[in-house]
Amino acid sequence: MSEFKLTTREKNGVIVLNTEGYLNNFGGDRIASECLQKISEGKRKFLINFEKTEMVNSIGVSILIEVIEELQGVNGKIGYCNLAPIIEKTFNIMGITKYSKVYTTEDEGLQAMDE
Amino acid sequence: MAIENPKVELTLPILQDMELAAAKTAEVIAKRMGLNDTKTAEINMALIEACINAFEHSKADDNVYIHYIIDGDTLIIKVGDSGVGFDANVVEIPNIEKKLKSKYKRGWGIKLMHELMDTVEFVSNEQGTTVTMTKIKQKTGRQK
Repeated sequence: MSEFKLTTREKNGVIVLNTEGYLNNFGGDRIASECLQKISEGKRKFLINFEKTEMVNSIGVSILIEVIEELQGVNGKIGYCNLAPIIEKTFNIMGITKYSKVYTTEDEGLQAMDE
Repeated sequence: MAIENPKVELTLPILQDMELAAAKTAEVIAKRMGLNDTKTAEINMALIEACINAFEHSKADDNVYIHYIIDGDTLIIKVGDSGVGFDANVVEIPNIEKKLKSKYKRGWGIKLMHELMDTVEFVSNEQGTTVTMTKIKQKTGRQK
């Protein structure tokens, strides 16, 4: 019913993660695992494209806080793009947008991260 | 003849992602009431959080019961479990600064429910917990 899919690619030095499906605890763990692996390989810039995710829960989102915390320790950064309005609102309520950025499109995110 | 305060009842087994069934039902009811997309999405998110809390607090072999009641322009949603109960007054309100330093990153459900719904009330004892949430279709300027 809600299989979560994650694909990863690198573009202009930014690790772009494309999600598909409901971001629950398993989805959050998949994202965190992928990001932590890339951080261990020396990557510092991450952009999560949520275009194909319509719904999240707070457990899935709270796992992103682990990634933010890890990136703070290595002077890295993370952003999100193509968020459904309710997902952006959830991110704002939880406060994670104070420590990471929301971009309208993937191109906008990639450009901003390159600066 | 119109049904007075139409009510939908849903019994959810505690299974992975079953909260989405509750949200899908809410979506149908919200559409029936003519709620806009923003309010419908807020209801869905709050309900998902309420279900997850109920799943975690319930005994593993129990169900979670959801009642959706249309009361005029107000959607009332009750989510009940037969878990051990809790005191909502002593639940710490999470904030991102503390969570970034803490090993425990979770615990956002009640905050999200309060932010996304018009009213949220908990009744809890050792026999279980019922959370009652409302969303009003049309709000006046003086309401939240």
